[in-house]
Amino acid sequence: MNAPLETVEISLTVNGERVKRSVPARLNLADFLRNELELTGTHVGCEHGVCGACTVRVDGEIVRGCLMFAAQAEGCTVDTIEGLSDSREIEELQSAFVLTNALQCGFCTPGVLMAAQALLRDEPDPSRERIREYLSGNYCRCTGYQAIVDAIEAVAKARAGRRGR
Amino acid sequence: MSEFDEAAKTLNFDSPNSYVGRSVTRPNARRLAQGRGQFVDDIVLPRMLHVAYARSPHAHAKIVRIETKKAAAMPGVVRVVAGAEIAMVVKPYVGVLTHLQGMRSPPQYPLAMEVARWQGEPVVAVVAQSRAEAEDAAEAVEVEYGELPAALDAERALDPSEPKIHKEFDSNLCFQRTVDTGGVDAAMNSAHLVVEDTIRFGRHTGVTMEPRAILADYNRAEESMTVYHCGQSPHMMQGIIASRLSLDEHRVRVVARDVGGSFGIKIHTYGDEIAACALSLMLGRPVKFAADRYESFLSDIHARDHRVKARLAVDREGNMLALEIDDLTGIGPYSMFPRSSGVECNQVLNLTGGPYKHKEYRAKGTVVFQNKNMMCQYRAVGHPIAVAVAEHMVDQAAAALRLDPAEMRKKNLIADDAYPCKSPSGMRFEALSHHQCLDKLLTLMKYGELRKEQNELRKKGVYRGIGLSSFIEVTNPSPMFYGVGGARIAAQDGCTIKLDASGAIVAATGVTEQGQGTETIMAQIAATALGVEMSCVKVLTGDTDKVPYGGGTWASRAAGIGGEAVLQAGLALKANILQAGAVILKTNASDLDIVDGRVVKKGTEQGITLAELARICYYRGNELPADFQPELVVTRHYRVKDYAFVFSNGAQGCSLEVDTDTGFVKLLKMWCVDDCGRVINPKLVEEQARGGIVQGIGGALYEQCIYDDRGQLLNATMADYLVPMAAEMPDIECAHVETPTKTSMLGAKGAGEAGTGGAPAAIMNAVNDALRPLGAKVTSQPIAPEVVLRALGKVN
Repeated sequence: MNAPLETVEISLTVNGERVKRSVPARLNLADFLRNELELTGTHVGCEHGVCGACTVRVDGEIVRGCLMFAAQAEGCTVDTIEGLSDSREIEELQSAFVLTNALQCGFCTPGVLMAAQALLRDEPDPSRERIREYLSGNYCRCTGYQAIVDAIEAVAKARAGRRGR
Repeated sequence: MSEFDEAAKTLNFDSPNSYVGRSVTRPNARRLAQGRGQFVDDIVLPRMLHVAYARSPHAHAKIVRIETKKAAAMPGVVRVVAGAEIAMVVKPYVGVLTHLQGMRSPPQYPLAMEVARWQGEPVVAVVAQSRAEAEDAAEAVEVEYGELPAALDAERALDPSEPKIHKEFDSNLCFQRTVDTGGVDAAMNSAHLVVEDTIRFGRHTGVTMEPRAILADYNRAEESMTVYHCGQSPHMMQGIIASRLSLDEHRVRVVARDVGGSFGIKIHTYGDEIAACALSLMLGRPVKFAADRYESFLSDIHARDHRVKARLAVDREGNMLALEIDDLTGIGPYSMFPRSSGVECNQVLNLTGGPYKHKEYRAKGTVVFQNKNMMCQYRAVGHPIAVAVAEHMVDQAAAALRLDPAEMRKKNLIADDAYPCKSPSGMRFEALSHHQCLDKLLTLMKYGELRKEQNELRKKGVYRGIGLSSFIEVTNPSPMFYGVGGARIAAQDGCTIKLDASGAIVAATGVTEQGQGTETIMAQIAATALGVEMSCVKVLTGDTDKVPYGGGTWASRAAGIGGEAVLQAGLALKANILQAGAVILKTNASDLDIVDGRVVKKGTEQGITLAELARICYYRGNELPADFQPELVVTRHYRVKDYAFVFSNGAQGCSLEVDTDTGFVKLLKMWCVDDCGRVINPKLVEEQARGGIVQGIGGALYEQCIYDDRGQLLNATMADYLVPMAAEMPDIECAHVETPTKTSMLGAKGAGEAGTGGAPAAIMNAVNDALRPLGAKVTSQPIAPEVVLRALGKVN
């Protein structure tokens, strides 16, 4: 009857490191990453899967960390902002964000970067409208979004330019 | 200028080496982009506990009985505490300002005492090993409530038949004020035309991406309290925590590291935060409170919620003669401490019609208590109301006289050469540029072409609207804002700046960073004042143990006030460095300058690096004359003296399309011209404008805290409460006019709130411009599809 408090053994790969933990069944992935693994770059904004601040990558696809139980990540490969920063996978996007001031308080930024990287992987040449539409699951209260769109568009164009050469 | 340092006379903000006026990137943005920020909820301390609250489910209820035994026995629970026990260690607080005459509000306690007065008011605190355990136990707390009738509707709050919220008061009135130039009736009676409307603004809230959080760590051995707080005003919080908990103020340290958005939300005294401090004091252990989103909606301050009746009199040519407004706002059951909840209404009275030349003005403001969450200052306090009301009335008069809205404004805006002058409400303006801004805006918008396009499309049944707004913004407030009313909120700010032993510059400032770029512009100013590379400058903010006493960042004061303190401190340090340089180089300080981090003889490259000068001063004092002591740390403070506020101004334009079948409003583009005085970083100013405008768009079109008739907030989740999302937002084009203020050497005015202040007016005017050929008009915000359809008579 006390199912939520039952613990579950999980093994997964987080940012390339193998991790083994015993976690409460009810613990969500975002809280697991933040509290158990101290990966505090993943932020919790709404706990409803709406705001996108907790966006992380599980087996290559972006998900809401607050809508998935840690136990569901058993055997999965999870990437967070820390991993993508250390591997320099999103360095170009991060530089563009700094250049266009696409972040102010920075709370939503890790989730936005996760989404932006996924967009450019699947659709290398998105229009501004498409970027805006894709980012509708990532709330930002500071920037008004334009600088974020500018940054992602600039990276897409730079990559297209390199492909063209 | 005589009060300023001699060195200043040589300061040239336009020189190639000046960082002032350049769009440099923010050094601290890289860290945030890597997820390496440190927000309060990221901090974990040894032996840390978590608190969760059982909150009132009722808008108004007597607390009959509290049973905590079951909760106390739950796993991980350390302590369960109700209001009376917290009140034994916390002095109550009263949110009134004495200069808002007659304002009243009863003493407030962190947790409800005998009566809960809004849905979401914290009633019982549960401290446990984890937040999850604390939440589990909070659900097990049994509170027996006796529901009382609630006073909800601000428009009925003063009716004798309404429930009285506080037994010590004869009515639900909090504050009332009038402004009257005396000749309004005469002007109205003899006017060619009087337009009249009632405009309503919904309640909304800040929705900071990072919910409120506090981590209090009381150390019994030191009798000291360290508080990690996501806030905007660390010194104000230090004073509040010390005085409410009866601690020595100098033993309370408030640290505000990264703050995940604030917008005025995190600058007030919240019972749940004060209770967390009290619990740390009681337990001698760190206690963290991190609100979840539901708690944020129920307890973060709400804002706006005004009903304004307005009348505007004009002559045959469209010259404005007299303006009258009657503003009513409901603020919840208490006035917030320490800024009070009377300020928004007060601002509406002060600011409405401020850009215009009319001579006669009468305004009445009424602030009432109600059983809803508390309201207080949120970004652009009062401005969205004041600007939308005046701009709506100006457009109504223009339409009645068949004048173009741009022409109507040109006719009535105060001339750019008429300053200094005073508004009918008593506001003193130093130097504004309404006409320059409007002209620039119209060019930017290609206003003539837009109008042509609009006319063409109307023939095809497409209803586009073009809206304008001209506005003033309160920035750089003097002590006349809060200090004069008895609040311990500093209007002055300081900077301690030093040349460290490596030759780098470290500047500590009392203003704070919440993402605006405060630390960046302070580094730009310090580097410019000293003549060094910006990369040599480190800026410290947000720690009461480390920065000079200051107000923090609010009311668009950081750049103008904090920046001036940095400039003055930088110039004073430069003078001291040149003095040391003169001793070392055996010359006169007046023959020296600092160029690219080197102390050189003017016009030559002869000299020494700052690193070398620092080495000699710090380590090789034996090489200096016995009668010379270098002082490589200086502190300077600054406050605005000559004006109550240093007003900025601007103009915004909006182009949108209304779908007359669905009522949806599609924003096509917005434009903004802002005059915030000297621009320190154009990119950052533009981003403040864009972010601010989008928050203004939120209030104008989407955001509303919807209560039912029992005072229950119906949309307290991010899924139900609409905020602007990327897809619906337009691109926003910005331009600047620069009229530096002469109240400081830096000349900067604030830029943080103009966007939010001006946007709702431009949008409402654009919607009404679109609807005008259909004979329809909207007068309430948010302008949801339903509001448009009702205006069109398509729904009841």
